[in-house]
Amino acid sequence: MKKTRKIKFNDAYFFIIPYFLIFFTFVIALIVISVILSLTYYDTINFPSFVGLRNYINLFTQDSDFMQYALPTTIKYALIIGPGGYIISFFMAWLLSQISHKVRTVLAIILYSPSLTSGVLMAVIWKVMFSGDTRGYLNYFLLNLGFINQPLQWLQNTHMIFGIMIFVGLWSSMSVGFLAMLSGILNIDKDLYEAAYVDGLRNRWQEIFYITIPSIKPQMLFGAVMAVVGTFNAAGLAAALSGSYPPPQLAGWLIVDHMNDFGFGRYEMGYASAMSVVLLSMVMVFYYASVRLFGERKVR
Amino acid sequence: MKKNKEILSKTEKLRRKLLKKAKRNYRKFQGIKINPNYFHKSQIKFIFLMLPMLIVTILPIVYIISHAFKSLSELYAYPPRIFASRITLDNFRNLILATSQTGVPFVRYLFNSILSSSLTIVFTILIGSLAAYSFSFLAYRFKKTLFALNQLAIMIVPVAIAVPRFIVMSELGLTNNLLSHIIPLLAMPVGVFLVKQFMDQVPRELYESAKIDGATNWQIYLKIVLPLVKPAIMTIAILAFQASWNNIETSSLYVDDEALKTLPYYFSTLTLGTSAIAAQGMSAVASLIIFVPNIVLFILLQKNVMNTMAYSGIK
Repeated sequence: MKKTRKIKFNDAYFFIIPYFLIFFTFVIALIVISVILSLTYYDTINFPSFVGLRNYINLFTQDSDFMQYALPTTIKYALIIGPGGYIISFFMAWLLSQISHKVRTVLAIILYSPSLTSGVLMAVIWKVMFSGDTRGYLNYFLLNLGFINQPLQWLQNTHMIFGIMIFVGLWSSMSVGFLAMLSGILNIDKDLYEAAYVDGLRNRWQEIFYITIPSIKPQMLFGAVMAVVGTFNAAGLAAALSGSYPPPQLAGWLIVDHMNDFGFGRYEMGYASAMSVVLLSMVMVFYYASVRLFGERKVR
Repeated sequence: MKKNKEILSKTEKLRRKLLKKAKRNYRKFQGIKINPNYFHKSQIKFIFLMLPMLIVTILPIVYIISHAFKSLSELYAYPPRIFASRITLDNFRNLILATSQTGVPFVRYLFNSILSSSLTIVFTILIGSLAAYSFSFLAYRFKKTLFALNQLAIMIVPVAIAVPRFIVMSELGLTNNLLSHIIPLLAMPVGVFLVKQFMDQVPRELYESAKIDGATNWQIYLKIVLPLVKPAIMTIAILAFQASWNNIETSSLYVDDEALKTLPYYFSTLTLGTSAIAAQGMSAVASLIIFVPNIVLFILLQKNVMNTMAYSGIK
């Protein structure tokens, strides 16, 4: 008896160990390392020297690029793209779920297709669409319609770069979370709707809030997590759009960009790690917010 | 007799008419529900509501396709046109010529990309499904903690921890070889999570009876569970492919040897910096080459993905 139990015990570890080794090395250990390095000065050549909280203090008090551009831009971008993209994804999933199978499949593939590439790799398109001369599609279009008199410099104007980033972000917001929500809605028991209508449900809004959303809460949470993940896709987008690194007046400069700049451009690994920690804490805040919104309340 | 026949045909007509009406009503009833069985004109309003988003998502794709086949003169053309009037392969030729200037033939980048992507897919599936099996079927210490960690890690996007990864990669010697394209991508928390959720749907009785018949865990995993969770496996295959095929970071940070870099990295250097119109055509081709395998794979496997996503909920 004892022997068989021991075999089972070993067996299970063989299954988990390969994944765990890689997961530990490339996820957990990395988080621990960023926390530790964020308390040091490390230039990749000399051994890291402990500096306490100086990196964080510098980050929040000395680094005007961070406080003026990277932090507010990231927060603004995340607050627009996170909830915005998420709501659009849900709305699209809900609309799609009411269309018959074949048409739905085609439309879902179209909506999902931006997620199959990346905004940065598609930079060539944005550059031509928003090109600053009259040859740019948007300029040409607006000139022809008489909205503007001369071509606008979309990709050099700081406000417009951010606007285009938002556009690109929304363009690619139908991610895996969107598929999860769509699939969730499609699998809701149809009897639930009929029963609800018998019980006096009156319109589609009530249907959404009383049946659809409560039924797919777990998928909604998964979708929310994926929406947070999706906000990272914009790293490097501003530079790719404007064609200069860093972008003019640090427009669309995100924490990730700032972090990569310090980490890989100036080899200030400790300082970059501090930003990594700030970023991870922001992600955690978003995570707990979504769990509170959509997680199932634990019944005591 | 004749009258009888007349009555018969009349009733037949009526019966058909009623049947038709009943069918129509049924279709209409089916058409307004969630996941309808038939297409009905009442559904057009939903498509209409989706139209702005559909246009936004499809235009760039239409655009790269047509731009990739435009001739140089048409790229310069004013007014700009969306569709190419004459299809040429000039841009493809230019792209391949441009690679030869860097001293590394185009085929080399392509080979690196294909090799690293396929190995990433195979090993992600292997490692991930083994872990998912252990999460779903086996009992061991720390299982709950590990799974909770894994679930939390879905949020940790690789970009956010690029700095410590750089240090770990260089410490482990994972620089300048093909393995650096593969190993850091193998841990895919979201993939493990999805497969585990799918495996939870496999009836426990199947596992129990196989156990009683004397099957080992390896046999159950290979012979029973894996074939049943094929949709989830296909889904991680797609996700792993996307992660690897679109990856630029490895080539730009960990690989110095030009001959070991991958296609998307080369393409990104093409797009960044140059604004010459000739480069636009090439870049469109580049985007197309990156995009096409992604979409083809997704179209082929979308049914599996949708199946998997039904169990994607986080509770």
